Amino acid sequence: MASSIRVRAIANGETTEVQTLIQHPMDSGFIKDDKGEFIPAHFIKELTFEHNGRPVFIADWGTAVSKDPYVKFAFKGANKGDDLKVSWVDNKGESDTATFKIQ
Amino acid sequence: MTTLDGGLPVTRRLVLRGAGSVVLASLGVVLVQATPALAAANDKYPEEAFKQKDGKEAVKLLYGRTAEPSDKIKLDAPEIAENGAVVPISVSTSLADVTTIALVVPENPNVLAAYYRIPTGTMPNVANRLKMAKTSNVIAIVESGGKLFSATREVKVTVGGCGG
Repeated sequence: MASSIRVRAIANGETTEVQTLIQHPMDSGFIKDDKGEFIPAHFIKELTFEHNGRPVFIADWGTAVSKDPYVKFAFKGANKGDDLKVSWVDNKGESDTATFKIQ
Repeated sequence: MTTLDGGLPVTRRLVLRGAGSVVLASLGVVLVQATPALAAANDKYPEEAFKQKDGKEAVKLLYGRTAEPSDKIKLDAPEIAENGAVVPISVSTSLADVTTIALVVPENPNVLAAYYRIPTGTMPNVANRLKMAKTSNVIAIVESGGKLFSATREVKVTVGGCGG
């Protein structure tokens, strides 16, 4: 299966800008389906970015983050060609991990 | 290095409250340098804060105190959001030593939307997309040098994004 994580990480001088899109329903638990029953909450709780084994950004999310979440941040100290490891875990214990090359 | 082991369970919040500072000082330079990475790895998902229905309570649970407004925080959000399911929101700040950025939407069923941990070397800027149930303020809370600052913006929502 293709990864749920898409990342574009671009090193520009000393700063690396990271844009991330993740495929995930991010169900809040407040929405009803066609039968009028609540769709159970299903959302990413923790999203971690690691460069050389060091966490450079950690997102803790609740139910209010939009479906197929997008997040952008920037950090210092990485070079072109370095690996950026991205992983998430959701409230059902599902998870995904992928490693990307910084461009 | 045995003293190091004893120091590890000290969480960052304890350190920030000053309870751990004595321990840290006695352990010397090595631990102080290792603290940012350790603290980031140690800090757990704030489970209870994400269940809060009240904005002030959520902030208190997260940080143990309240924030004061600051004009050094730039909170970008649309004035009117036609679709409450996808509201682009970004925060940037000129404040120094930023360790966390939180986004609170007081009119949402769960008020805390996102909590970002910013280790040393990461810029105090973040952009994301949030769901908004109805017209509400959006509050960005920035933790800088152990102090709390906030910026607030109202977003008018035409169609809510949390159902119900």
